[in-house]
Amino acid sequence: MNRLRTALLLALLAPFLAAQDPPREIEIKAKRFQYMPSEIRVKKGEKVILVLTSADVTHGLFSRPLHLDAAIPPDQTTRVEFTAPAEAKAYTAICNHFCGSGHGGMKMAIIVE
Amino acid sequence: MARPLDRRAFLKITGQALGGGALYQVGAALGTDPRAWEVADLLGRQNGEAVTPFSFVQLSDTHVGFQGPPDPLGTRAFEQAVAQINALERQPDLVLFTGDLTHDSEQEGESLARMKRFQEIAGRLRVKQLRFVPGEHDAGLDGGALYHQVFGPSTYSFDHRGLHFIALDNVSRAKPEVGAEQLAWLQRDLARFGRSAPIVVFTHRPLFDLKPEWEWYTDDGDAVMNLLAPYDNVTVLYGHIHRHHEHEAGHARHFAARSLIFGFPDPAGSGDKQPLPFDPARPFKDLGLRRLELTRPGSRPVLGVTEVELSLREFSGTVGINQLLKGLDLT
Repeated sequence: MNRLRTALLLALLAPFLAAQDPPREIEIKAKRFQYMPSEIRVKKGEKVILVLTSADVTHGLFSRPLHLDAAIPPDQTTRVEFTAPAEAKAYTAICNHFCGSGHGGMKMAIIVE
Repeated sequence: MARPLDRRAFLKITGQALGGGALYQVGAALGTDPRAWEVADLLGRQNGEAVTPFSFVQLSDTHVGFQGPPDPLGTRAFEQAVAQINALERQPDLVLFTGDLTHDSEQEGESLARMKRFQEIAGRLRVKQLRFVPGEHDAGLDGGALYHQVFGPSTYSFDHRGLHFIALDNVSRAKPEVGAEQLAWLQRDLARFGRSAPIVVFTHRPLFDLKPEWEWYTDDGDAVMNLLAPYDNVTVLYGHIHRHHEHEAGHARHFAARSLIFGFPDPAGSGDKQPLPFDPARPFKDLGLRRLELTRPGSRPVLGVTEVELSLREFSGTVGINQLLKGLDLT
């Protein structure tokens, strides 16, 4: 009987428990002059945590429309909470910490779908 | 009865691009409208020095040390621009370089060698008043330490014939920004001027959001422009984008100079920020010539802009350029 009560209770609470799931974490590694992966996909309105690391020097991850502006120093992990906009669109994020001669081409795609 | 004087109209800057740079003639209006001299005298009393006609040149993004595609010609366009400026009958008073004087290098001693090479070429100019600001390729890797050692401060101001020039550094910090310290300096620097003071700011990156996804912005550019907002006559000269661009907001006009190494595409397009390809048949393509001319079709002066592509059939020294410039009054 107790088991039945517990199962019913869990079934009733399931939607609320699901809502409290932690945001999805997406690992992004920066190194001169690229991001790995070079493209990520998120759902409209989805809250995610970008887990950023650098393999060499300090990089940045910047996108004006996505309100992203993070420094990624080496030897530490930078966590950035990010909520995707409501509009499905492909955005570009760039490195905005000068990191060498290939800096100008260091970018990644953030696809909101 | 004479029309009322138009303070904002009295000082316009008209320029003629020159082998990838731009020649700005200050005081053209003074020569065409005698009443403008009254304004010049008024401003002279207010600012301590009367504006008198003169010209100056802006050169940008020489990237000394850059090798390979898209431009295999190295410093040839820079050297050509120097030769062209030297050939002017009436020499400009000063030359402003708006950053990326050199291309960055991490090889020991190479950055210094490139800066010395830049100085050697720039030193051929007959004009001896040369002023510089760094670009990120000069100062981005070491916070400007070597640049300061070779070229001196990257933030400073000076007055010349009634114009107040302000050099701003938006590349030496980690991000594209001017920073709180420089903003405080700018506020102090501007404090002695009345709102009519003509001001020329020169810097490397645009001070507005031209195309942030190409890093064509300065994070606190709005704060800079807010400090300049009370002034009636502000001109911002910058580089970085390797192409001609004009932008007007409030009392300020922003002009980007072309590069002396290679061009970048139109930011209004949807493509990537890839250097425009080198065309061996037209080696100075995209390093074109820009002529700005002040006219007065109505009651207010208008700054007309004419773009002329500097394209030579073959790379043959000054001959082709001189032919192209024939008929244009550059003196």
